[in-house]
Amino acid sequence: MPKRSRRLLRGTGLLCALVLGASACGGSDDDNSSRKPVGSGDLQAALKKGGTVTVWAWEPTLKQVEADFEKKYPKVDVKLVNAGTNNDQYKALQNAISAKKGVPDVAQIEYYALGQYALTESVTDLTPFGADKLGDSYSPGPWNSVKSGDGIYGLPMDSGPMALFYNKKVFDKYEIAVPTTWDEYVEAGRKLHEANPKAYITSDVGDAGLTTSLLWQAGSRPYEVDGTKVGIDFTDTGARKYTHTWQKLIDEKLVAPVVGWSDDWYKGLGDGTIATLPIGAWMPANFASGVKGAAGDWRVAPLPQWTKGAGASAENGGSSLALPALGKNKELAYAFIEYANSGDGVRTRIKGGAFPATTKDLKSKAFQDTEFPYFGGQKANKIFAESAANVPADWKYLPYQVYANSIFNDTVGKAYVSRTPLAKGIESWQEASVEYGTEQGFTVEK
Amino acid sequence: MTTLQPPVAAGRRPSRPPSRRSRRSWAGWGFIGPFVTVFALVFLAPLAYSIYLSLFREQLIGGTTFVGLDNYQQALRDEQFWAALARVSLFLAVQVPIMLGIALLVALALDSGRLYGKDFFRISVFLPYAVPAVVASLMWGFMYGSRFGLVGDINAALGVSLPDPLSPGLVLASIGNIVTWEFVGYNMLIFYSALRVIPHSLYEAAQIDGAGQWRVIAAIKLPAIRGALVIATIFSIIGSFQLFNEPAILQKLAPNAITTDYTPNYYTYSLSFSGQQHNYSATVAIVMGLITMVVAYAVQLRGMRKGA
Repeated sequence: MPKRSRRLLRGTGLLCALVLGASACGGSDDDNSSRKPVGSGDLQAALKKGGTVTVWAWEPTLKQVEADFEKKYPKVDVKLVNAGTNNDQYKALQNAISAKKGVPDVAQIEYYALGQYALTESVTDLTPFGADKLGDSYSPGPWNSVKSGDGIYGLPMDSGPMALFYNKKVFDKYEIAVPTTWDEYVEAGRKLHEANPKAYITSDVGDAGLTTSLLWQAGSRPYEVDGTKVGIDFTDTGARKYTHTWQKLIDEKLVAPVVGWSDDWYKGLGDGTIATLPIGAWMPANFASGVKGAAGDWRVAPLPQWTKGAGASAENGGSSLALPALGKNKELAYAFIEYANSGDGVRTRIKGGAFPATTKDLKSKAFQDTEFPYFGGQKANKIFAESAANVPADWKYLPYQVYANSIFNDTVGKAYVSRTPLAKGIESWQEASVEYGTEQGFTVEK
Repeated sequence: MTTLQPPVAAGRRPSRPPSRRSRRSWAGWGFIGPFVTVFALVFLAPLAYSIYLSLFREQLIGGTTFVGLDNYQQALRDEQFWAALARVSLFLAVQVPIMLGIALLVALALDSGRLYGKDFFRISVFLPYAVPAVVASLMWGFMYGSRFGLVGDINAALGVSLPDPLSPGLVLASIGNIVTWEFVGYNMLIFYSALRVIPHSLYEAAQIDGAGQWRVIAAIKLPAIRGALVIATIFSIIGSFQLFNEPAILQKLAPNAITTDYTPNYYTYSLSFSGQQHNYSATVAIVMGLITMVVAYAVQLRGMRKGA
């Protein structure tokens, strides 16, 4: 035990020397020293030296990556901890950061949540490690999501370019064409619901993730973020397109009032009463495990467009691996996330069913030619990869999106259960988000 | 304590009074020490810490600052908090009388001795109390499901369209139903044990005077268990003000009907764990605690005064 802790101490000291100024060991804040680059030689040296890296993540394919990494670098011990999924993990992480104790070296953070950590400098800027040179290898959506100001605060792990999953059996039965625009989507919803009053085009009770993704696709840019200056404005044309169309779905009761990921939801997907899902490309694995009964019924199509023939898409979900500022072993931690999200680990994870964010892998023949038995042998990755390439890169989330999403149903949710118009609901969501931002010390403009 | 002293010690008393006194006081601490320690750790310390927390404000931008009583001023003006308090007050006004009324009826029925299969009846009424609130809420939540749950099945089987128990207009009543189901047995047991200790000679005397069952209940049983009624009412008031489990569980099923500020407790939870507003959350919790204390105390005073 004493030997071990002495070694740990020495290791930490060495690391401090190595990354001094990179931010780990309280170096001065002036630009010259804090931006001192860490060469790949330093990373190699750290890997040879070895040590422990604690990783908090719930992404299942990282298990194999951990094993491979430890095999390649025998002196490195990666401790993969599942500290809960998304919000549960963020709560634990926030608590650890507040207590300055037990902070992991690497944490999985979804794109929408990363801004909050970047802003409060709870995660390390990866630019000095050379992360800025990786920009070209990632699709624009995820890459833009890990940037904040001049800094890069995580490496994209996976992405969720959107597509329309639809139940072909149901569509064939009622002779409905697969919609290519959202107007056609509403029309398809009407036709379906008329033919079978128990069937709905999709289910929706108000989901912040879906709404922000569809706004993104519609060209709306409600959030402006410049350091601590924040703008929130849901009155642009894109937002109007969205509320106008979605209001029809709500008013005519064309969307099933079923909460996502509930038992009812899975049943609906299985028995054809929920006929489509506009969702991220990470969905297939969930279909295969959660809706086994409907294997062969479902297919994938490009996401319907707001303007006919436009070819725009958006991200839905997706997460990065970041280095919490209070974590240790920065060099090793970076070496690990680079391996997992940019290096050989990516191939391992694709094999495990993950949807990558790296363009090279998205374009690779093996990836694109993968046949999905669940989707009747369809090469769905082609559609996903095309969608990934069509995601506009200029979308921004709030630096406190986690909180904003948590009050989505308090505000926008009213539109689904009362006569409150959707646009009105979004307006009160905007107000509540402005109020919270102001309370938290941001300069917020409407 | 003195009577238990061995005679030898008594004989020494005049010679070494100071050391004896100190030894005696230490012995006393030894007895109450464990309680005081636990009390300080689990009750006083969190309370003191909450009060301490409530005097600060931590912001994402700007860090932590001492704000004095600002958080309390904010709480007094906080519409979300007062709306939540109004909601649990309404809940209290409707649910508690119904629940205690049913519990009292059941207790009186059991006590009357005219019930067939009394033991089975008693245990089956009490059984829901043994089910954890979270499990009960999940179970009822499933039954409330208007598509695939019990309500949905009834709709499908009978070709009717029952109102959705999880809609915004009905969800408070649905929660009331769960809470009533959970706690009728518990309150019944309080009333029943109070009824059992009434001396039977009173009943005999009443019978001789020609009083019927209802007269006995009104003139003897109810006044005799007034204390138990007051206690059960106070417990129920505290329980209503602390309403959390049931709405928190049902929120997953009815996210638009149950907001994150649905009850004061759920509001403090959301403030703290979604909004990182630990300081303000502590403030709201303290204000709510004070209100609960005042109401419970007022009810106790009033209930006991009538009894006297």
